[in-house]
Amino acid sequence: MQQSSSVNDFVIRFANVNGTGSASANALFAKAIFRMGIPVTPKNIFPSNIQGLPTWYEVRVSEKGYLGRREGIDFMVCMNPQSMPKDIASVKPGGYFLYDSTKTLHREFIREDIHYIGIPLMAICLREYTDPRQRQLFKNIIYVGALSALLEIEFPVLETLLAEMFQGKEKLIAPNVKALQLGIQYIHENFEYPLDIRLERRDLVGDRILVDGNSACGLGAVYAGATVAAWYPITPSTSVVEAFMEYAEQFRTDPETGKKNFAIVQAEDELAAIGMVIGANWNGARSFTATSGPGVSLMAEFLGLAYFAEIPTVLIDVQRAGPSTGMPTRTQQADIIAAAYASHGDTKHVLLFPSTPKECFDDVVTAFDLAERLQTPVIVMTDLDLGMNDHLTAPFEWDDSRTYDRGKVLHTADLENITKFGRYLEVDGDGITYRTYPGSHPSKGAYVTRGTSHDEYAGYTEDSGTYTRNVDRLLKKWETAKSIVPAPEVRQAATANECGILFFGTSIYSSEEAVDLLAAQDIHLDSLRLRSFPFSESVGQFIADHELIFVIEQNRDAQMRSLLINELGVAPQKMIPVLNYDGTPITADTIVKQIIKNFATV
Amino acid sequence: MTYTRPRFRNPHLPVNKIGYTQKDYEGALSTLCAGCGHDSISGAIVQACYELSIEPHRVAKMSGIGCSSKTPAYFLSNSHGFNSVHGRMPSVATGAYLANRDLVYFGVSGDGDTASIGMGQFVHAIRRNLNMVYVVMNNGCYGLTKGQDSATADAGSKSKSGHTNPFQAIDLAGLALELGASFVARSFSGDKTQLVPLLKAALAHPGFAFIDVISPCVTFNNNPGSTKSYDYVREHIEATATVDFVPIKSEITTQYEAGSTKEIALHDDSLIRLHKIASDWDPQDRHSAMNALHHARSKGEILTGLIYIDESLQNLHEVLNTTTEPLNTLEEKVLCPGSKALATLNAGLR
Ligand SMILES: Cc1ncc(C[n+]2csc(CCOP(=O)(O)OP(=O)(O)O)c2C)c(N)n1
Ligand code: SF4
Ligand SMILES: [Mg+2]
Repeated sequence: MQQSSSVNDFVIRFANVNGTGSASANALFAKAIFRMGIPVTPKNIFPSNIQGLPTWYEVRVSEKGYLGRREGIDFMVCMNPQSMPKDIASVKPGGYFLYDSTKTLHREFIREDIHYIGIPLMAICLREYTDPRQRQLFKNIIYVGALSALLEIEFPVLETLLAEMFQGKEKLIAPNVKALQLGIQYIHENFEYPLDIRLERRDLVGDRILVDGNSACGLGAVYAGATVAAWYPITPSTSVVEAFMEYAEQFRTDPETGKKNFAIVQAEDELAAIGMVIGANWNGARSFTATSGPGVSLMAEFLGLAYFAEIPTVLIDVQRAGPSTGMPTRTQQADIIAAAYASHGDTKHVLLFPSTPKECFDDVVTAFDLAERLQTPVIVMTDLDLGMNDHLTAPFEWDDSRTYDRGKVLHTADLENITKFGRYLEVDGDGITYRTYPGSHPSKGAYVTRGTSHDEYAGYTEDSGTYTRNVDRLLKKWETAKSIVPAPEVRQAATANECGILFFGTSIYSSEEAVDLLAAQDIHLDSLRLRSFPFSESVGQFIADHELIFVIEQNRDAQMRSLLINELGVAPQKMIPVLNYDGTPITADTIVKQIIKNFATV
Repeated sequence: MTYTRPRFRNPHLPVNKIGYTQKDYEGALSTLCAGCGHDSISGAIVQACYELSIEPHRVAKMSGIGCSSKTPAYFLSNSHGFNSVHGRMPSVATGAYLANRDLVYFGVSGDGDTASIGMGQFVHAIRRNLNMVYVVMNNGCYGLTKGQDSATADAGSKSKSGHTNPFQAIDLAGLALELGASFVARSFSGDKTQLVPLLKAALAHPGFAFIDVISPCVTFNNNPGSTKSYDYVREHIEATATVDFVPIKSEITTQYEAGSTKEIALHDDSLIRLHKIASDWDPQDRHSAMNALHHARSKGEILTGLIYIDESLQNLHEVLNTTTEPLNTLEEKVLCPGSKALATLNAGLR
């Protein structure tokens, strides 16, 4: 039988049933590896259902620090009879299959090329516990114990984590530790350990943190000074506002009065959510909403209003697999075109593409500054993988001298000094005009905000010249945006290269790994990671400097490629799409295969 | 086009308590059809705000899309206005109200804007008890798109094109009452003596104040056979009571027969005085208000006046327990937890 021997380099997958309490046990397992200083990436693969359907939790351990998903499962922990046939088939030859041996495994489930580790989990639980709920919960902890023996997770690390987990409920620590020991004991008595795939303490994590992108977005909105959040629940964006709520309760509740320095409204739908955000921003409060594809579709009309009436708006789009309701709990980057050009008429929006939770935090803060500076919607484009999974990421940072850029606003005193206020009157040459907050001044600065065509003084007009002047000024503002949105990250390979790779968002992990893998095969690529739309000049330059550009995306239609071609006028032939759109995060293997295939045909 | 009115101040015009003339409450010249009911309502709004001595710039005018939703340009030109998208004014108003609880929010909508495309948002604005006035200029048709039936057109009502509406009407006042609105009234654009005091009471009310104002569309729905024509409304109107609004600390001048008057003290010590009260009707009792509406409808009458008021309901800011400072005035110092808190958060994520 094939042997796969490796230290700190494997993929382990847990097959569970939704709603059985496995999530916290699995998280304990991943966190322990992180605490041992080893780079780790956990991913939830779950159905759009609350209870009873299969869920998987996949953990990649990578000494080299690669954080993308990797194909091929080295170790399968099977706790779900329903998905067992598929789970057994998915194990790599030479890999391991851990199962509950309380009932013997049917012959059809036996593969000659993998190792079976049977632990009578249910029998142990029946023997040790009387309460049915405990039997269920501790079963999960017992398999974590067994894994710790097989893979050499340090026991004190697990103990510490349990102590942290049950802070305030100390009574629960001892029984959990005991459950771990039951698992360890069974391995010690029945199997050879550790396995040839195992863990070894390292110091490769540094000061990084383990957090999901949605929490980071919610926290970013608190730091950015958002005071009004309106939302309508939708997977995978729900936890953005939930995180905002939690952090705002913590940091924005007046300690003396108990009053809140924020307001959150669960709206009746996404139209109302974005309407509220626009109303609040119009009135001078920083406000945002979070949604996913179906919500973006509903918000389109309002986004056009915010674009045309020039109202700052922040929207976080946690993308999921479309079209329509699609696969609500699977990941994609498939809202690029819908978001970039949301709404009828000549409309386009500023987009930001964070790749890590740290960037989610930073980009949300930046989004508020940009939205107010540019007086337009800014959409932060994350995805389910980034939003709902923990990622190893640089720690959050905040410079206490940082102030919010509230953009061009004339307050009471400023209005006192001007003779005639023109809401849409260009004075600075950058396409951005001055706005006023309602209620500022008794006789100056008032105007009617409208989605109908308007002149420099916000009066309704159907005069062609005035209309054209206004929409052309919006284009000028778009030009201004190009120089203030986050610039792309360009990496030149050591040698001069004809080919480049371009990626954005969560494709960063596997793209960077693919660049290394290809370099090992003597294919050297320069890389560019997009951070925003509109594209800054350096994006066009990078494309011009290379003969072929591989555009890595997680959607079927190569939407970013279309956007690049459309906006930059580059030749379509030189833009080669490299795609993954099956709802799982893209892997380095997929990228490498598609790129190599291309080299074979050039 | 927005036509601005020439502005020159006549020193002899009377001024209100804060030194403004009625002209200071006017807006741009209306571009609506001559005789449109909506213009009369704009006039009543000007008068109510003037008489209440509201600072014009402390009002935010919110509207959707339609002839009616255009009117905010035609009153209070020193107020900010927001002519949003069709049917979505309530959400924009909700956001604005959350951002600054200190302004007066005056919403204007049409029967199409509210009872069809905007029904969802209207219903939820009521549930949240926003502190705002919400006026529907109700003409039973879509004026701006040339007279199609709206959802408030009565079954059997005939439009100018000769078409008879086959569907039952949605009674917005009844619906608002059913949904728990804290202030419900109905009036008629042609009855300023009733509309002005109702608008004042609505402005003084600390929650969601809904007024369904029947406002004939002279161009598309003022013909014989229409139940929203001037003539029809005048012939079928019936009032719950005659309404007077008595502002804070004003002297009571008129006298009424004992027993025929009811006074409702508002939270700011102003009063709504009702006289010639309909029998069996108590404006502070939802059931009786509901009955009064049903009763009038069964007789084919249009019940106007104050229908229901409940000052005790918590408004959205009270429900959310937000700070008394307008949220839009909070600065970094209060809003941003700073680097120290972040360091602690980071530590908790390791
Ligand atoms: C999304 C959308 N659909 C349709 C329209 C076209 N439209 C403009 S006003 C209007 C109806 C207005 O009726 P109402 O609210 O009763 O106002 P009125 O003109 O009668 O005062 C319609 C359908 C629009 N502006 N937006
Ligand atoms: S069409 Fe009707 S509602 Fe519109 S302005 Fe003319 S009269 Fe008024
Ligand atoms: Mg109408």
